[in-house]
Amino acid sequence: MDDQIVRVISRIIIPFIQVYGIFVVMHGHLSPGGGFPGGAILGASIILYTLAFGAEAGAKMIPHRTSKWLESGAILLYIAIGLVGIGVGRTFLTNRAAGFPMGELGNVISAGFIPFITIAIGIKVASTMITLFHTMIGKDPH
Amino acid sequence: MKHAFLIVTLAGLLIVMSYSFIQMPAIGSEEHPAFNEVSQYYLQRTAQDTNALNVVAVIITDYRALDTLGEATVLFTSVAAVLSVLVVAHPKPNKKMDEENHG
Repeated sequence: MDDQIVRVISRIIIPFIQVYGIFVVMHGHLSPGGGFPGGAILGASIILYTLAFGAEAGAKMIPHRTSKWLESGAILLYIAIGLVGIGVGRTFLTNRAAGFPMGELGNVISAGFIPFITIAIGIKVASTMITLFHTMIGKDPH
Repeated sequence: MKHAFLIVTLAGLLIVMSYSFIQMPAIGSEEHPAFNEVSQYYLQRTAQDTNALNVVAVIITDYRALDTLGEATVLFTSVAAVLSVLVVAHPKPNKKMDEENHG
Protein backbone atom coordinates (compact mmCIF):
# COMPACT_ATOMS: atom_id res chain seq x y z
CA MET A 1 0.00 0.00 0.00
CA ASP A 2 1.49 3.30 -1.11
CA ASP A 3 -0.58 5.99 0.55
CA GLN A 4 0.82 9.13 2.12
CA ILE A 5 -2.13 9.65 4.50
CA VAL A 6 -1.91 6.11 5.87
CA ARG A 7 1.85 6.45 6.36
CA VAL A 8 1.65 9.74 8.25
CA ILE A 9 -1.23 8.62 10.48
CA SER A 10 0.45 5.27 11.17
CA ARG A 11 3.72 6.99 12.08
CA ILE A 12 1.79 9.10 14.61
CA ILE A 13 -0.35 6.39 16.25
CA ILE A 14 1.99 3.36 16.25
CA PRO A 15 4.00 4.58 19.29
CA PHE A 16 0.77 5.14 21.23
CA ILE A 17 -0.48 1.65 20.32
CA GLN A 18 2.80 0.15 21.49
CA VAL A 19 2.80 2.11 24.76
CA TYR A 20 -0.77 0.97 25.37
CA GLY A 21 0.19 -2.65 24.66
CA ILE A 22 3.13 -2.44 27.07
CA PHE A 23 0.82 -0.87 29.65
CA VAL A 24 -1.71 -3.71 29.29
CA VAL A 25 1.06 -6.32 29.66
CA MET A 26 2.74 -4.62 32.64
CA HIS A 27 -0.56 -4.11 34.52
CA GLY A 28 -1.84 -7.61 33.79
CA HIS A 29 -2.10 -8.48 37.48
CA LEU A 30 -3.75 -5.18 38.47
CA SER A 31 -6.30 -4.31 35.79
CA PRO A 32 -8.24 -6.10 33.04
CA GLY A 33 -5.85 -7.31 30.38
CA GLY A 34 -2.79 -9.47 30.64
CA GLY A 35 -0.37 -11.22 28.38
CA PHE A 36 -2.70 -12.37 25.63
CA PRO A 37 -4.51 -9.05 24.88
CA GLY A 38 -1.38 -6.97 25.44
CA GLY A 39 0.66 -9.16 23.13
CA ALA A 40 -2.12 -8.97 20.54
CA ILE A 41 -2.05 -5.16 20.71
CA LEU A 42 1.75 -5.12 20.31
CA GLY A 43 1.60 -7.54 17.39
CA ALA A 44 -1.19 -5.51 15.77
CA SER A 45 1.01 -2.38 15.88
CA ILE A 46 3.76 -4.18 13.93
CA ILE A 47 1.15 -5.52 11.49
CA LEU A 48 -0.10 -1.96 10.96
CA TYR A 49 3.49 -0.86 10.33
CA THR A 50 3.93 -3.63 7.74
CA LEU A 51 0.64 -2.73 6.05
CA ALA A 52 1.50 0.97 5.86
CA PHE A 53 5.20 0.83 4.94
CA GLY A 54 5.41 -2.38 2.95
CA ALA A 55 6.63 -5.90 3.56
CA GLU A 56 10.34 -5.11 3.21
CA ALA A 57 10.24 -2.37 5.88
CA GLY A 58 8.26 -4.63 8.21
CA ALA A 59 10.67 -7.52 7.73
CA LYS A 60 13.56 -5.11 8.38
CA MET A 61 11.97 -3.86 11.61
CA ILE A 62 11.33 -7.32 13.10
CA PRO A 63 13.51 -9.75 11.09
CA HIS A 64 12.64 -13.41 11.05
CA ARG A 65 15.70 -14.23 13.14
CA THR A 66 14.63 -11.82 15.89
CA SER A 67 11.08 -13.10 16.09
CA LYS A 68 12.36 -16.66 16.12
CA TRP A 69 14.55 -15.90 19.14
CA LEU A 70 11.74 -13.96 20.88
CA GLU A 71 9.33 -16.81 20.38
CA SER A 72 11.60 -19.54 21.70
CA GLY A 73 13.02 -17.29 24.43
CA ALA A 74 9.60 -16.33 25.81
CA ILE A 75 8.45 -19.90 26.30
CA LEU A 76 11.86 -20.87 27.74
CA LEU A 77 11.58 -17.92 30.19
CA TYR A 78 8.15 -19.25 31.22
CA ILE A 79 9.55 -22.74 31.82
CA ALA A 80 12.62 -21.34 33.66
CA ILE A 81 10.34 -19.39 36.02
CA GLY A 82 8.42 -22.60 36.63
CA LEU A 83 11.60 -24.57 37.30
CA VAL A 84 12.53 -22.17 40.15
CA GLY A 85 9.73 -23.82 42.12
CA ILE A 86 11.30 -27.25 41.61
CA GLY A 87 14.72 -25.78 42.50
CA VAL A 88 13.58 -24.79 45.99
CA GLY A 89 11.86 -28.11 46.58
CA ARG A 90 8.25 -27.25 45.72
CA THR A 91 6.08 -28.09 42.73
CA PHE A 92 6.40 -26.71 39.18
CA LEU A 93 5.26 -23.05 38.94
CA THR A 94 5.12 -22.31 42.68
CA ASN A 95 4.64 -18.61 43.37
CA ARG A 96 4.70 -17.45 47.00
CA ALA A 97 6.18 -20.56 48.58
CA ALA A 98 9.13 -20.50 46.14
CA GLY A 99 10.32 -17.18 47.60
CA PHE A 100 9.40 -14.75 44.82
CA PRO A 101 9.22 -11.16 46.19
CA MET A 102 5.52 -10.45 46.69
CA GLY A 103 5.73 -6.66 47.01
CA GLU A 104 2.78 -4.57 48.12
CA LEU A 105 -0.80 -5.07 47.02
CA GLY A 106 -1.48 -2.80 44.04
CA ASN A 107 2.10 -2.01 42.99
CA VAL A 108 3.33 -2.77 39.48
CA ILE A 109 6.22 -4.82 40.88
CA SER A 110 4.30 -7.23 43.08
CA ALA A 111 2.51 -10.57 42.99
CA GLY A 112 5.64 -12.72 42.68
CA PHE A 113 6.21 -14.23 39.26
CA ILE A 114 2.89 -13.14 37.74
CA PRO A 115 4.31 -9.99 35.98
CA PHE A 116 7.22 -11.98 34.53
CA ILE A 117 4.93 -14.72 33.24
CA THR A 118 2.60 -12.07 31.79
CA ILE A 119 5.56 -10.43 30.01
CA ALA A 120 6.64 -13.83 28.64
CA ILE A 121 3.11 -14.50 27.34
CA GLY A 122 2.96 -11.02 25.80
CA ILE A 123 6.26 -11.48 23.92
CA LYS A 124 5.11 -14.91 22.78
CA VAL A 125 1.72 -13.76 21.45
CA ALA A 126 3.20 -10.66 19.75
CA SER A 127 6.00 -12.58 18.02
CA THR A 128 3.56 -15.32 16.98
CA MET A 129 1.24 -12.79 15.32
CA ILE A 130 4.15 -11.04 13.60
CA THR A 131 5.69 -14.30 12.37
CA LEU A 132 2.38 -15.63 11.04
CA PHE A 133 1.58 -12.35 9.27
CA HIS A 134 5.03 -11.94 7.73
CA THR A 135 5.01 -15.56 6.60
CA MET A 136 1.53 -15.42 5.09
CA ILE A 137 2.18 -12.29 3.03
CA GLY A 138 5.10 -14.24 1.60
CA LYS A 139 7.87 -11.62 1.61
CA ASP A 140 9.74 -12.90 4.66
CA PRO A 141 13.45 -13.31 3.84
CA HIS A 142 14.96 -16.35 5.52
CA MET B 1 -32.02 -53.14 8.25
CA LYS B 2 -28.93 -51.00 8.48
CA HIS B 3 -31.00 -47.87 7.98
CA ALA B 4 -33.52 -48.80 10.66
CA PHE B 5 -30.74 -49.51 13.15
CA LEU B 6 -29.16 -46.14 12.39
CA ILE B 7 -32.43 -44.26 12.80
CA VAL B 8 -33.29 -46.02 16.08
CA THR B 9 -29.82 -45.31 17.49
CA LEU B 10 -29.90 -41.65 16.54
CA ALA B 11 -33.46 -41.22 17.85
CA GLY B 12 -32.49 -42.79 21.17
CA LEU B 13 -29.46 -40.54 21.40
CA LEU B 14 -31.66 -37.52 20.63
CA ILE B 15 -34.11 -38.45 23.40
CA VAL B 16 -31.32 -38.95 25.96
CA MET B 17 -29.61 -35.69 25.07
CA SER B 18 -32.83 -33.67 24.99
CA TYR B 19 -33.82 -35.06 28.39
CA SER B 20 -30.45 -34.18 29.94
CA PHE B 21 -30.58 -30.75 28.31
CA ILE B 22 -33.98 -30.08 29.88
CA GLN B 23 -32.64 -31.22 33.26
CA MET B 24 -29.74 -28.72 33.13
CA PRO B 25 -29.89 -25.85 35.65
CA ALA B 26 -30.31 -22.38 34.20
CA ILE B 27 -27.23 -20.23 33.63
CA GLY B 28 -26.48 -18.29 36.78
CA SER B 29 -28.75 -20.31 39.08
CA GLU B 30 -27.48 -21.44 42.46
CA GLU B 31 -27.82 -25.16 41.66
CA HIS B 32 -25.32 -24.83 38.81
CA PRO B 33 -22.36 -27.18 39.34
CA ALA B 34 -19.92 -24.40 38.44
CA PHE B 35 -21.22 -22.32 41.36
CA ASN B 36 -19.27 -24.11 44.08
CA GLU B 37 -16.59 -23.46 46.67
CA VAL B 38 -13.82 -23.13 44.07
CA SER B 39 -15.03 -19.75 42.82
CA GLN B 40 -15.58 -18.63 46.43
CA TYR B 41 -12.00 -19.66 47.22
CA TYR B 42 -10.60 -17.71 44.27
CA LEU B 43 -12.54 -14.56 45.13
CA GLN B 44 -11.65 -14.65 48.82
CA ARG B 45 -8.04 -15.85 48.80
CA THR B 46 -6.53 -14.25 45.67
CA ALA B 47 -5.27 -11.11 47.40
CA GLN B 48 -3.59 -12.89 50.31
CA ASP B 49 -2.26 -15.73 48.17
CA THR B 50 -0.61 -13.68 45.44
CA ASN B 51 -0.86 -9.93 46.28
CA ALA B 52 -2.53 -9.29 42.92
CA LEU B 53 -5.81 -7.52 42.23
CA ASN B 54 -6.89 -9.12 38.94
CA VAL B 55 -8.54 -12.43 39.85
CA VAL B 56 -8.71 -13.61 36.24
CA ALA B 57 -5.00 -12.98 35.70
CA VAL B 58 -4.17 -14.79 38.93
CA ILE B 59 -6.23 -17.81 37.87
CA ILE B 60 -4.59 -18.10 34.44
CA THR B 61 -1.01 -17.32 35.53
CA ASP B 62 -0.86 -18.76 39.05
CA TYR B 63 -3.53 -21.32 39.91
CA ARG B 64 -3.77 -22.60 36.32
CA ALA B 65 -0.26 -21.71 35.16
CA LEU B 66 0.44 -25.14 33.70
CA ASP B 67 -2.66 -24.76 31.50
CA THR B 68 -1.36 -21.40 30.25
CA LEU B 69 1.97 -23.05 29.45
CA GLY B 70 -0.03 -25.47 27.30
CA GLU B 71 -1.68 -22.52 25.55
CA ALA B 72 1.73 -21.03 24.81
CA THR B 73 2.73 -24.41 23.40
CA VAL B 74 -0.34 -24.30 21.16
CA LEU B 75 0.84 -20.95 19.77
CA PHE B 76 4.31 -22.38 19.21
CA THR B 77 2.85 -25.42 17.45
CA SER B 78 0.66 -23.24 15.23
CA VAL B 79 3.66 -21.21 14.11
CA ALA B 80 5.68 -24.37 13.49
CA ALA B 81 2.83 -25.87 11.44
CA VAL B 82 2.33 -22.73 9.33
CA LEU B 83 6.05 -22.35 8.71
CA SER B 84 6.44 -26.00 7.76
CA VAL B 85 3.58 -25.73 5.24
CA LEU B 86 4.21 -22.29 3.73
CA VAL B 87 7.99 -21.93 3.80
CA VAL B 88 9.85 -24.06 1.29
CA ALA B 89 13.51 -24.52 2.03
CA HIS B 90 15.68 -23.45 -0.90
CA PRO B 91 19.15 -24.98 -0.49
CA LYS B 92 20.52 -22.81 -3.33
CA PRO B 93 18.21 -19.86 -3.99
CA ASN B 94 17.82 -19.46 -7.73
CA LYS B 95 17.25 -15.78 -8.32
CA LYS B 96 15.62 -16.09 -11.72
CA MET B 97 13.17 -18.73 -10.60
CA ASP B 98 12.46 -16.77 -7.42
CA GLU B 99 11.46 -13.72 -9.42
CA GLU B 100 9.26 -15.80 -11.68
CA ASN B 101 7.47 -17.37 -8.73
CA HIS B 102 6.92 -14.23 -6.70
CA GLY B 103 6.66 -11.70 -9.53
